[in-house]
Amino acid sequence: MRRLALRTIALGYLAIVLLGPLAMIFFKTFEHGFGAFWDAVTAHESIVAFKTTLLITAIAVPLNTIFGIVCGLAIVRRRFPGKGIVNAFIDLPLAVSPVVVGVSLFILYGRGGWFYGVFENHGIQILFALPAMVIATMFVSLPFVAREVIPTLREVGEEQEQAAHTLGASGWQTFWRITLPSIRWAVIYGVVLTTARCLGEYGAVAIVHGYKTTATLQVQDYYENFNQTGAYAVSLMLAVVAVIVLISMILIRPREVEAA
Amino acid sequence: MTAYLTLIVILPLAAVVAASGEDGWAGFWAAVSNPEAVAALKLSVLIAILAALVNAVLGTITAWVLVRDRFPGRSIVNSVIDLPFALPTIVAGLVLLALYSPSSPIGVHLAFTRWAIFMALLFVTLPFVVRTVQPVLLELDMEMEQAARSLGASEFTVFRRVVLPNIMPGILSGIALAFARAVGEIGSVVLISGNNPFHTEVASVYVLNQVHSGNRSAAAAVAVVLLLISFVILLLVGGIRRLATRHEYA
Repeated sequence: MRRLALRTIALGYLAIVLLGPLAMIFFKTFEHGFGAFWDAVTAHESIVAFKTTLLITAIAVPLNTIFGIVCGLAIVRRRFPGKGIVNAFIDLPLAVSPVVVGVSLFILYGRGGWFYGVFENHGIQILFALPAMVIATMFVSLPFVAREVIPTLREVGEEQEQAAHTLGASGWQTFWRITLPSIRWAVIYGVVLTTARCLGEYGAVAIVHGYKTTATLQVQDYYENFNQTGAYAVSLMLAVVAVIVLISMILIRPREVEAA
Repeated sequence: MTAYLTLIVILPLAAVVAASGEDGWAGFWAAVSNPEAVAALKLSVLIAILAALVNAVLGTITAWVLVRDRFPGRSIVNSVIDLPFALPTIVAGLVLLALYSPSSPIGVHLAFTRWAIFMALLFVTLPFVVRTVQPVLLELDMEMEQAARSLGASEFTVFRRVVLPNIMPGILSGIALAFARAVGEIGSVVLISGNNPFHTEVASVYVLNQVHSGNRSAAAAVAVVLLLISFVILLLVGGIRRLATRHEYA
């Protein structure tokens, strides 16, 4: 009886808070039929926004993945100067508001900022252009791979790597043949989370973007220009990606646990 | 690697801290104690605490149901929990607006009120407590509870004296992380809150407005307050984790 009551409370709460909104996206998007949805998704602004989002993601995800693996290896396996600083700051992007990230970049690269002159003299525009949007996205999605890799590296231990080493494997060989295969599911899981975060970033790019918009900024742009169908169509595309992310998380998680 | 972290994370944050102190302590204080900024910060902190606490209670119940209860569709429910992590916040905001606006299909009109902000924050912070409590409950040895029951403890006493002390560090970390997320949230709030100064303008939207109106030092000052809150939360979570593991080894 008590069990049933708790189950009802939990499921009821989830239905109201989570499923209501999700159902609403589908309802609103197709309110005016599939044709209207398709026209909105293939509109010039939508296509440009999707391309920008994909470009930013394609730059930020590989860089943060390499950083995450290197950082994880360094933190778990090595001692190095600045380890304390890396440890202290690596989780910060998860706790800090995206708006703070945006303002920080705005000040660093903007008029009067430390980096303003450096790039301005060479005619390179960082702020209000693609570079700042990429850096903002890299900031907010920085820790995801590292956070997945670190515990897995600890679990896996060093013995196999040492064995490879004593058998004459070079550092590279050990990494490609031993270390990377043993952490691959953690890396893939981290990449999925990083990608999701990059595609959905809004607050930081909202401050540093110029004329270019990303998919998330385009949602707001459409909404503010009373193009509801456009706003919901782009939202639906983003929601579909979110659902794909959730499904891949379900598929990957057991393998990660198994590997660890 | 340290250089990458410095370039992407540390230098921008150092720049915003430096900018907030450009006009000295007095300038910083003037920007932070501006009545509109104070109202926005208070609102953000208050609603973030409320949302974190509600999700602490319902998140703990949800985690318990997911670990101990058996019902069809449990694994689907388990994966839906992460939806707020995967769904872009602006999409969440747009949808909540449709759900709670005057033309709402469910007849609930909360848009442009503080309740709307609360609902948005409830949505984005839902997974935190569930995901910090769930692994602890999974690990928890059920023999302890059986022992307590065999000694005549009621279900409530078992929960309060046996289960709760074990999952408390998880609940507290979850609350702290949810609060950190909620206090600086923008995407899900910006469309639905109406951004009415002194009433529904949250801290992050205030910062955004200051940037757009060219008020660099005011934006920097309030951003630094938000940054400080994040630092304190991270330290707290680290402290909770250390306390919890020491308890384990004792």
